Amino acid sequence: MSRPVLAGPGRRGLHPGAWWLWAACMAGAASRTTNPILLVLIGAVVLYVAAARRTDAPWSRSIVVFLRLGLVVILIRVVLVIVFGNRLPGHTLFTLPQVPLPSWAAGVSIGGPVTAEAVLAAVVQGLRLAVVLVCFGAANSLASPYRLLRCLPAVLYEAGVAITVSLSFAPELVMAITDVRAARRLRGRPTRGLAGLRGTAVPVLERALDRSLQLASSMDARGYGRRVPVARGARRTATAATACGLLLVVAGVYGVLVAGSLPGGGIPFVAVGAVLVGAGLAVGGRRTNRTRYRPDPWLLPEWLVSGSGIVALGTLVVAGVLGVPGLQYVLSPLRLPTLPVVAAVGILVGLVPAWAAPVERTSSARGGPTSRPVAGTAPDTGAGPAPDDAVSTVGLPRGNGA
Amino acid sequence: MIRFNDVTFTYDGADRPTLDRVDLVVGEGELCVAVGPTGSGKTTLLRAVNGLVPHFTGGRLSGDVLVDGRSTRDFPPRELADVVGMVGQNPAASFVTDVVEDELAYTMENLGLDPAVMRRRVEDALDLLGLHDLRYRPLATLSGGQQQRVAIGAVLTASPRVLVLDEPTSALDPAAAEEVLASLTRLVHDLGLTVLLAEHRLERVLPFADTVVLVPGRGEPLSVGSAADIMVDSPVAPPLVELGRLAGWHPLPLSVRDARRLVAPLRERLAGSEPPKAEPRAGGPAVARLDRVTVRFGDLVALDACELEVRAGEVVAVMGRNGSGKSTLLGQLAGVRAPNSGRVDVAGADPTALAPRDLVARVGLVPQDAGLLLYGDSVAAECVGADRDTGLVPGATAAVLDRILPGLPTDRHPRDLSEGQRLALALAVVLAPAPPLLLLDEPTRGLDYPGKARLVTLLEELAAAGHAVVMATHDVELVARVATRAVVLAEGEVVADGPARDVVCHSPVFAPQVAKVLAPDPWLTVDEVRDALEVEAVRG
Repeated sequence: MSRPVLAGPGRRGLHPGAWWLWAACMAGAASRTTNPILLVLIGAVVLYVAAARRTDAPWSRSIVVFLRLGLVVILIRVVLVIVFGNRLPGHTLFTLPQVPLPSWAAGVSIGGPVTAEAVLAAVVQGLRLAVVLVCFGAANSLASPYRLLRCLPAVLYEAGVAITVSLSFAPELVMAITDVRAARRLRGRPTRGLAGLRGTAVPVLERALDRSLQLASSMDARGYGRRVPVARGARRTATAATACGLLLVVAGVYGVLVAGSLPGGGIPFVAVGAVLVGAGLAVGGRRTNRTRYRPDPWLLPEWLVSGSGIVALGTLVVAGVLGVPGLQYVLSPLRLPTLPVVAAVGILVGLVPAWAAPVERTSSARGGPTSRPVAGTAPDTGAGPAPDDAVSTVGLPRGNGA
Repeated sequence: MIRFNDVTFTYDGADRPTLDRVDLVVGEGELCVAVGPTGSGKTTLLRAVNGLVPHFTGGRLSGDVLVDGRSTRDFPPRELADVVGMVGQNPAASFVTDVVEDELAYTMENLGLDPAVMRRRVEDALDLLGLHDLRYRPLATLSGGQQQRVAIGAVLTASPRVLVLDEPTSALDPAAAEEVLASLTRLVHDLGLTVLLAEHRLERVLPFADTVVLVPGRGEPLSVGSAADIMVDSPVAPPLVELGRLAGWHPLPLSVRDARRLVAPLRERLAGSEPPKAEPRAGGPAVARLDRVTVRFGDLVALDACELEVRAGEVVAVMGRNGSGKSTLLGQLAGVRAPNSGRVDVAGADPTALAPRDLVARVGLVPQDAGLLLYGDSVAAECVGADRDTGLVPGATAAVLDRILPGLPTDRHPRDLSEGQRLALALAVVLAPAPPLLLLDEPTRGLDYPGKARLVTLLEELAAAGHAVVMATHDVELVARVATRAVVLAEGEVVADGPARDVVCHSPVFAPQVAKVLAPDPWLTVDEVRDALEVEAVRG
């Protein structure tokens, strides 16, 4: 086996796994606090990094879409609290006329006094969810879904179609929004406002799912998930180790997200689970003999990016375990949140990727259009010369590796 | 190499099988062309070869499909990837990576080839398909024709023994199509590659075919034979064969070269007739105007200070090699994107500033991927929706659809239609409200010859009623039949603009088959020759 070819000139982007790890850590950090200042800080850090390092690839719009979705989530939470109540006692802002409900609907109320505490609690909860969504959007817009799929370890092929669809759905959705909007305009249908939203939603979902399934079938036809015969024992060990490891990781992540639910904040679970998954993947990896044309290397920038995320998450977890004041926002008595300096500094470490990550050049120096071909916006343009003179006269040789 | 044993395949919910008791053998080293009307099941036949049908489509398959002795029953598509290379009808939808080079290497990676081998084969494929300048380009930024070439390269690198191609040349300009087919023929001759391809532009592929499979559709049996035999009574035939039938040549010519050897008597019969002359330009008022329009994508110039005026009653064909800016030009007229500089004027307004409802009253665009326009959940719903959008009388769109492609099942979901049927539906949706300016991007992809003829009639009627039509196309036969004016783009600039008859006759690349055979006399279509012969017969 000869040495692999390294990435071509001017096109090295960060390993997609590093982006996902960083984004997952930032989301984890957000789930450990209810302090609105810290939450806004996390959101700002993630948005800044995404703005600094996103490319002009079609999926890079994901962050915008998820940011909007996040704002909608906050809005919905607040409206629900105002209408249906979470009748926290405290400072009454205003009182809605109460709708009398029959006795069997006890516990549910419509209208009534709306307190500042209730509204604030809703805002903070919504904000936390919004920040997690923004982290997810950032990962989707920074990491190429296709490169991520190529990095998937071999043992997961079992669930090939499911994984392809789940990983590519969000970016496909974002791309479909642009397509469907353009197409609706050509059909003379509204693209904005409520009518536009209603007419767009279903075709966008349909198209994104279609595309994801199509991707799965194309990958299959191109040999994704081929196997070489392996001893049955090894296969079972690999599957069992991976499955147990994943379960432990899931349990551990729950522990990390919900403070105090598991000993050690869930970290030991994640660690043991990760080791098991790693072992399972290593054994299972022998089942496919895949090679890489230009492997995505894991070098210093990858370590820095993923490390910065881990530091941010770690700071908040440790602060939570040590009981640093100010991490949770206390609503009564009502007052401004304080800023736990240590936690804030930890979160700011998450800014490192804005400088540490290499700038990916999707449009190379030879020139590359910036948008995706949509309903006639197709950049029907070629930097290349005419095909007429460019085709050589030799057939493809049969390589000795075949 | 490929063997269908009594194969019957029915899609879920379909009331009759798409493939009915198909027996077919394609031998090793054979280049076999599947021909047939739109929606007759060619794509299904092709996709059954590597097991995508039924593994990814559902439905019931009985009988057995064997490739290199392996049955698709026992081997899913991924286990056949080393034997079968499959290029689908819509290459953009089949991409699995984001950069040209990675796409070319993808199958080889899955097959576990040595990186040194991969490296060499990628270089070979880049050369073979003229892609070396695009190697680091993101796939999403390529033009339709460039994507097609990448898709073909991506399966060739794995050096499969069987190649299955669904309409591989429809998106290519005539010169590129010729080159791709010549490369394929070379692989067939030198390496014993087996090729099964479906194509509607028979004028391009027939000279290269060893055998032809006629897929008549509607459950009728397949017929297999040499191209000349099948073409005698095939319902779909290229202009050359039509000319041969008209002149009574035997055997039927399949290439221009064959025909030129037989042409002497026909030339004598036509000696007394004058070929039609280029008509003067239609004198209607200007419908749309591009005024020094420049469009850039990043640092790439798609349109470079482009000037164009379209008049009412004109049918303008925009031609040019892959990636010369044709689709961008149509997009500009439809207001899909604002130009970087210059002015676009459509019926006195800037199309990007128009509300959707006003836009659709002025301009209709059928994009290259026609499916984009469709999001009803059945053909009928789509037609009703289109009537409502544009305030037409109920049934108007359905009537237009029936003229382009009669007998399309109305309960079918647009997604389940064939490429050509989908195009016909999109055409109907856009043509029905008859906007003053019609923009068609590759309007014949997947459409059979009768369908094309009906489209031509429809476009001629619209033009006669004062509508302007601008179509970007590589289909020179379509241009010969319907266009009154031809514009040739290169690198975003207009390099030729004149009567279609003059432009296509003066270019060896764009000349239709009839013109090539009868050169130097400028006859363009079989119909013109037929009319002239009839006049002669009356006179004689």
